[in-house]
Amino acid sequence: MTEYTQDQETFRDVVARFLQAKSTPADVRRLMDTDEGFDRAVWQQLCREVGLAGTHIPEEYGGFGFGPVELGIAAEEMGRYLYCSPFLSSSVMAGYAILNGASEANRQKLLPEIASGSTIATLVLDSVNAPEQVGRQLRATGNELDGAAPIVTDAHVADLLIVVAEGKEGLDLFSIASDADGVAIHAQDALDTTRKLSRVVLSGAVADKIGHLSEAGLEKTWNQISVALAHEMIGGAQQLFDSTLEYTKVRVQFGRPIGSFQALKHRCADLLLALEWAKAVTHHAAFCLCAGEEPETASMAKAMASDVYMEAARAAVQLRGGIGFTWEEDTHLWYKRAKASEVFMGSPHMHRERLLSQIEEAS
Amino acid sequence: MSPEDVRKELSEWLDANWDPNRPLIEWRNILVDGGWAAASWPEDSYGRGFDVRQMAVVNDVFSEKGIVGAAQAGPRRLAAETILAHGNTDQKKRFLRPILTGEHAWTQLFSEPGSGSDLAGASTKAELIDGKWIVNGQKVWNTSAHHADWGILVARTDWDLPKHQGLSYFLINLKQSGVEVRPLKQMNGHASFNEVFMTDAEVAAEDMLGTEGEGWAIATTTLSIERQGFARGRNQRSPREAKEGSIYVEFAEELAIANEPYSWYPQREGRPDLVMKRAMDTGAINDPVVRQEMAKLMSMSRAAQLAAKSAAAIRKAGSNEVVPAGSIGKLGASVIARQSAHVHTMISGADAMLSGSDSAEAGVIAETLVSVPAISIAGGTDEIQKNIISERVLGMPKEQRMDTGPFRDIKRN
Repeated sequence: MTEYTQDQETFRDVVARFLQAKSTPADVRRLMDTDEGFDRAVWQQLCREVGLAGTHIPEEYGGFGFGPVELGIAAEEMGRYLYCSPFLSSSVMAGYAILNGASEANRQKLLPEIASGSTIATLVLDSVNAPEQVGRQLRATGNELDGAAPIVTDAHVADLLIVVAEGKEGLDLFSIASDADGVAIHAQDALDTTRKLSRVVLSGAVADKIGHLSEAGLEKTWNQISVALAHEMIGGAQQLFDSTLEYTKVRVQFGRPIGSFQALKHRCADLLLALEWAKAVTHHAAFCLCAGEEPETASMAKAMASDVYMEAARAAVQLRGGIGFTWEEDTHLWYKRAKASEVFMGSPHMHRERLLSQIEEAS
Repeated sequence: MSPEDVRKELSEWLDANWDPNRPLIEWRNILVDGGWAAASWPEDSYGRGFDVRQMAVVNDVFSEKGIVGAAQAGPRRLAAETILAHGNTDQKKRFLRPILTGEHAWTQLFSEPGSGSDLAGASTKAELIDGKWIVNGQKVWNTSAHHADWGILVARTDWDLPKHQGLSYFLINLKQSGVEVRPLKQMNGHASFNEVFMTDAEVAAEDMLGTEGEGWAIATTTLSIERQGFARGRNQRSPREAKEGSIYVEFAEELAIANEPYSWYPQREGRPDLVMKRAMDTGAINDPVVRQEMAKLMSMSRAAQLAAKSAAAIRKAGSNEVVPAGSIGKLGASVIARQSAHVHTMISGADAMLSGSDSAEAGVIAETLVSVPAISIAGGTDEIQKNIISERVLGMPKEQRMDTGPFRDIKRN
């Protein structure tokens, strides 16, 4: 069940303490205005001292050998502190795709460097809307890749691109250096500047074919990424909720704290319920990934976490009133992450349709 | 005691004592004397102080062997748990046994026409005259009052104190001439509740629970137990499958009476369990808009289950945050019921205009649509739950009150 062990709680504390010191709102603001978008020294320190990049990568490939639960814990804390890093792109997205699709030799070759943080990778998907749309734009002819992926996270800082492209027999998995011939990476203006986006265009780029991604493999990868992302989102939602609640207790209007007004109290109570529900499902979804049970909980978690993050973000701006709409107030940083995460790797309505189909099939 | 030891001792005890042809009350007295009627209760109150794990074994053994347990149905549980928490030795001795054996049925006498959400604004009056409490006033929403023997009553004993301080908690015998019970018909056509009129009704001095002025504090215990019931859903045990033995006949009769007021309770929870079947039967499963709403409902239901489990885990770990956990769960049940009724309406379309045995699911869907408003009112409205959550869980500041000072000076209905 969704109860954390003492070791897992300790792991959470370690990550949280590190990020509290190294990912303050001032740090986030400084980094989001840079081209790279993250602090290499801090990232390297986190990889070296906590081993974070290899959290869920098995020990035989140089990782920590933890599972989706610990990965979720790390992601939740990163979401709370809005930590800017290639963790999601490299460890979670590229890492899981290689684990699910690459041959043994390629896992041996690629994963240790991702797990140590010495290589930054990203997963190039031509659709981040729905799994069934993957492979419509990126094509493989032998080892030559052509096509474009309009939204790729952290490609601008990646050493290695892990590409999913449609080959003769379905989806194949490729790796290619980001500076190889035929690879063009165009930075995009992102709504959420704490997570950088690029358009990746491949024109006859010659890549290494590292494996095959079956339909089931893609679905599994999509679920794993969705659950990690859901954790990141509930961490962010919790942070917004906590800071907004605090604000309603200290902000005074009409001679009383605004938190004493029932309109605000009831909104906060509703939000607490939604947050408790989303957390319960998200934590459970990670346990389900471990146990290989209830695959529909991944989509359930992503949909609920998306909805509650946006609900918390809207409340965080609204309950602060005018100050909430200023650039100076930090709330908009999380608001933008909430909006971007809502639609990244599938919108809530895509995930709801997906979970209903899964329940239907199971029944 | 380890779960294995519990199983062994109980099984041996049952082998020696259980006889399905004993009269029901006689059997339950044996059960009480053996310490198995309420094993989770403390040892000085007929129990064994068992924890959740040990109780799970007890319940398993009872269910495996088809044993009839202590009386549990209806509001008697609220009375029992409250007396257990606040009663003196004499009261526990006198009242708990007949509750467990089923000899006494109980009702709850809290709400009044003039004080619903504002329960502490009760104006039923209790005066001490010649060593007896004389009660005058009207109560409402009293489940099962028409066949209850006793009531848990909150009444005002001091009109000069602030409203929460002037209340006392009584155990009142309803089988007396000063008490009149009338049924109350609801918007869904059922009459599960009653109005209770008390005119110079009498309560013996020793039947006050706690001390004078402690009524509100004790009532919050009862309310918190009630809310946990809402969050968990009712666990009324239906009669066992036909088994040999006269005791099952008696037990089924008892349950039929006790459960009658609750026949529509599953419908007030919105019947999410019927949604998939109805969507398949009608073809609404192919409507993408309906599918979205179904997915939302299923997610909420799953989340509520999971959240309740972790709330139970937190309580087990030693936290005493019982009231807020109940409030969050109860609020969640309202949200789910509304969403479910919404989905049922989408699925039925114009057929939702029909009711009665020829309509969908033999009238269950129609009854659902007119029963869900109850869940966000009964046991404390959603709005009251949100006040409790925001103030006690989230620590938000209380609103300025208009009801301070002596109760007799406060504006009321």
